Amino acid sequence: MAASETSNGTALRYAFGNVLSFFILLLIGVLAFSIRLFSVIKYESVIHEFDPYFNYRVTQYLTKNGIYDFWNWFDDRTWYPLGRVIGGTVYPGLTLTAGTLYWILNSLNIPLSVETVCVFTAPIFSAFASWATYLLTKEVKGAGAGLTAAVLLAMVPSYISRSVAGSYDNEAVAIFALIFTFFLYIKTLNTGSLFYATLNAIAYFYMVCSWGGYTFIINLIPMHVLLCIVTGRYSSRLYIAYAPLVVLGTLLASLVPVVGFNAVLTSEHFGSFLVFIIIHVVALVYYIKGILSPKMFKVAVTLVLSIGLVVCCAVIAVLVALVASSPTKGWSGRSLSLLDPTYASKYIPIIASVSEHQPPTWPSYFMDINVLAFLVPAGIIACFSPLSDASSFVVLYIVTSVYFSGVMVRLMLVLAPAACIMSGIALSASFDVFTRSIKFQLPGVKGNSQVDAGDTSSEGVVAQNEVAKTDKNEEALKERPSKKNRKKEKEHVEKPFVKAQIKKRLLVLPFEASIIAILLLILLGAFYVVHSVWAAAEAYSAPSIVLTSYSHDGLHVFDDFREAYSWLSHNTEVDDKVASWWDYGYQTTAMANRTVIVDNNTWNNTHIATVGTAMSSPEKAAWEIFDSLDVKYVLVVFGGLVGYPSDDINKFLWMVRIGGGVFPHIKEPDYLRDGQYRIDSQATPTMLNCLMYKLSYYRFVETDGKAFDRVRRTEIGKKHFKLTHFEEVFTTHHWMVRIYKLKPQKNRIRGKAKKSRSKASSTTSTKRSETQRKNPWH
Amino acid sequence: MSKLLIFLTLIPLLPILTTSFSPENPSSRRVLVLLDDLALKSSHSVFFNSLQSRGFDLDFKLADDPKIGLHRYGQYLYDALILFCPTTERFGGSIDLAAILDFVDSGHDLIIAADSNASDLIREIATESGVDFDEDPAALVIDHISYAVSNTEGDHTLIASDEYIKSDVILGSKKIEAPVLFQGIGHSLNPSNSLVLKVLSASPSAYSSNPKSKLSNPPSLTGSAISLVSIVQARNNARILISGSLSMFSNRFFRSEVQKAGSPTKHEKSGNEQFLTELSKWVFHERGHLKAMNVRHHKAGEADEPTIYRVNDDLEYSVEIYEWSGTSWEPYVADDVQVQFYMMSPYVLKNLSTDKKGSYFTAFKVPDVYGVFQFKVEYRRLGYTSLSLSKQIPVRPFKHNEYERFIPAAYPYYGAAFSMMTGFFIFTAVHLYSK
Repeated sequence: MAASETSNGTALRYAFGNVLSFFILLLIGVLAFSIRLFSVIKYESVIHEFDPYFNYRVTQYLTKNGIYDFWNWFDDRTWYPLGRVIGGTVYPGLTLTAGTLYWILNSLNIPLSVETVCVFTAPIFSAFASWATYLLTKEVKGAGAGLTAAVLLAMVPSYISRSVAGSYDNEAVAIFALIFTFFLYIKTLNTGSLFYATLNAIAYFYMVCSWGGYTFIINLIPMHVLLCIVTGRYSSRLYIAYAPLVVLGTLLASLVPVVGFNAVLTSEHFGSFLVFIIIHVVALVYYIKGILSPKMFKVAVTLVLSIGLVVCCAVIAVLVALVASSPTKGWSGRSLSLLDPTYASKYIPIIASVSEHQPPTWPSYFMDINVLAFLVPAGIIACFSPLSDASSFVVLYIVTSVYFSGVMVRLMLVLAPAACIMSGIALSASFDVFTRSIKFQLPGVKGNSQVDAGDTSSEGVVAQNEVAKTDKNEEALKERPSKKNRKKEKEHVEKPFVKAQIKKRLLVLPFEASIIAILLLILLGAFYVVHSVWAAAEAYSAPSIVLTSYSHDGLHVFDDFREAYSWLSHNTEVDDKVASWWDYGYQTTAMANRTVIVDNNTWNNTHIATVGTAMSSPEKAAWEIFDSLDVKYVLVVFGGLVGYPSDDINKFLWMVRIGGGVFPHIKEPDYLRDGQYRIDSQATPTMLNCLMYKLSYYRFVETDGKAFDRVRRTEIGKKHFKLTHFEEVFTTHHWMVRIYKLKPQKNRIRGKAKKSRSKASSTTSTKRSETQRKNPWH
Repeated sequence: MSKLLIFLTLIPLLPILTTSFSPENPSSRRVLVLLDDLALKSSHSVFFNSLQSRGFDLDFKLADDPKIGLHRYGQYLYDALILFCPTTERFGGSIDLAAILDFVDSGHDLIIAADSNASDLIREIATESGVDFDEDPAALVIDHISYAVSNTEGDHTLIASDEYIKSDVILGSKKIEAPVLFQGIGHSLNPSNSLVLKVLSASPSAYSSNPKSKLSNPPSLTGSAISLVSIVQARNNARILISGSLSMFSNRFFRSEVQKAGSPTKHEKSGNEQFLTELSKWVFHERGHLKAMNVRHHKAGEADEPTIYRVNDDLEYSVEIYEWSGTSWEPYVADDVQVQFYMMSPYVLKNLSTDKKGSYFTAFKVPDVYGVFQFKVEYRRLGYTSLSLSKQIPVRPFKHNEYERFIPAAYPYYGAAFSMMTGFFIFTAVHLYSK
């Protein structure tokens, strides 16, 4: 009688808790979506930055021409004259997702533009990502931790920076796919169900479609499997969680055109295959152990071990030989720079030149994950009590992602979910301890604590709920190997729960300390919320194509980029080629619809080096290079007038390095005075005569009479000069974008100058024969 | 290097040609002749008459006439300009150095005749065109070996030269038998200048100096480096004739008999008339002017021009080339016209075969490389206007469904896969239901 009453009560409380969790999750989704709308409210509904413009253009193509044309798209408007096979070189996940969204909305007669769908894809998927975080953390440490982690993830600044409305990039959907794949892996691990294993492979496929970061999954999961095997936690559930993932996942991954045979050929994937072999060996050993007598088993072990070792050695030797025969040892440049952080800056300037490939600074950790950095260690401790397969996975996840984030600032994004999960676990565990301490010490609730717990606070319920679930999980884990017992699970839950309560009564903290600790934790959480909202509103909401600045006379808006691109699209021929540094390639093709020489997909180093060489060469040589590429307009970004620091002059050393890496007549020391990069009167003549300097500072002296560069904070070295092979055709309002046209060849060639007046423009023909050598295409 | 930037098909090129050189209505070609002295009109009448008889409308003006102008209301009034005014320091009206250069740069033709004591203005025009006259204003070309024998033993400044450029296009197919008489200033060309050509050069024994003064320093211009008559074809195909002698155009030189010193043969008539008439035909585009039109390309067996080719497609390319004969467009016949299939470097370079009716064609296979290619015809031959055609065409790789679905070599693998599948299915069935 009493027992049934209690079970009724718990069922009701579970139902109540579930409904509450559902609404909390809904609110978390709304929070995740709406906190990312600052950019739309403060600026406008516009695609941000560089890569999103490419994705937007691809999505437009997809919605217009359909999936088969997209798959086979050969784009002749980028990388002129090489072109780019878009279908085979993009991760199609994001585009297909947004395209599907667009298609669904339109078939429901909701006429949104492609741009709107693209702008809001990232916020929608961050809501999904926080729900996936809930699911994952719930599998690891119960619903309470799940909800906390979901809240934290919904507003973690690191993730916001990549998923504000308009930031239409691969990471927007990839983080959701990453977390969801991990969730399904843990779910399979906990249940041992083939159904979830298959879902897991499909989720992995979606991740492969979405982002190159899928290699993180295909390395982390094998690492975890290996960890489980080594620590003696091998089980059939582990086998079911892993083996189908490798087989199905690899098959599916190789269906993605951009991955293709890489899924079996590159060393990023070898770890998973090795572990695949190991888990089979281990499975075989367990199986044989089951059917043989212990004595026979020992004999078998020695036999198998000796043969197996020989085979393994042979296989490994073959693999090593294969891998070593390739110049990069089979690793792609970006992955190598993950393992050896100095690799990229030493060997691949084009990777090192991207700011998001640089190691982060300490403040950026505080900026991007804020208080989570302090909560993570607590979370790790919480994961060890008790250590389950699932919790060991998240520990492994956080450890590896911390390492990777230390290598590349961009991978902070992978760290953020891990940090949220860990902090969620930590916060929830500590709330659990403190509220329990309070509950047991509150007068009048000692006898009937279970009933009143629901009234004390909702957090209590959640915590309590979570305790129950954790216990249930623990119990389940112990029981699971014997399949038949699983059905009885529910009946088992009650008894250990009471037992656990008695045990936990001993862990009670002083009443006042608990209250203060809870207050402090809430304060910490509040601080995190304030910081995140600030980051979302101020730091990460700028679309970077429209800039603003506050000064004493109010708000200034710099819309120079779009001004320049629309000038190009209205004033140049459709087939004209525009050369610029690769950063602006995607924007030029998407916004101005003009052919570019290089763009942000840095697939051809030589081509980029050619443009870098042209920018670092004197005018005549640069003209030759651009002319050989049929370039008609050259676009440079110049921040010296308004103080916009990420302009081409500040990127110029990278152009020199990348250009010099392929064409050795460009030497970096020529551009540096005593190792210092400067553009003032101390600058080297090579620097003052190179094309980039001239195009940036042409007529600059006319602005203020002194030619004071507000980014470099100095007066420029050479103020008055004329352009001989280029003519200025357009300069935006704040001089941020300057467009030059290549002058056509002279109609006549002048004879030898005899008068001093014309000496300056003389001997063009002799100069030509000199410079022709430097043109890399001849 | 000298490749043009603009992707011209010939259709947009044609209007450009017609603005400058208008072969459609050759009878109304107007030529402005600027003279120092109107007496030249009669003393050089043979030359002028030959032009007029070929349909040119000559407008004689004094060089310092204040009313002269090259254009009015943005339209050029003349199609060509003849400067027979070597001593003019300033032109009248709105004409100056820049106006003349603009005139040339907009595709019009020019004949300059200088003389000793040529003015700075004329020298400057020549220099801008790529020809450098001897700096000494009093210098003349002197040749003590191949001078023209005359009744009075002079200072050997009247020279007879037969060192012509070897080009039928420029000088006509009829051989010029008699030497050309020349008396005037010599000039030199920059050897690296590819646009200017020496049509008549001095003999190796010639030098340039002042015949009245004693030669103190070695002369700056000597031997066959001295050019007597040069032509320039600018990049926009405007043509310029520069001569160091005005008198070689005169009736007196045209009609005089000539005997080269040391040569036994005495010619009744000098080669001047034939030489200068043929040269003026070239300068006024009556010869050597090519046009290309109807650039077509399509897949073999199809007629429509595609927007994109696939790698390994077979394609056919054709272009029509005509030459202006002075009265009509005649088919141009040559066996050295080549087309390039070009992406940073030519992937295919083929000679075009011709049907002798102006049409040139070839067929080739698109290389196994994708990218944005161009069909390029770069035809530059001595004396002819340069043809520079390029037409952009992208080449795409195979589509996903253009590969073979089943490769014979892979049948063992297909067999392996399907036998594995059936085997596994049977094994599962047996394993599950055998008990």
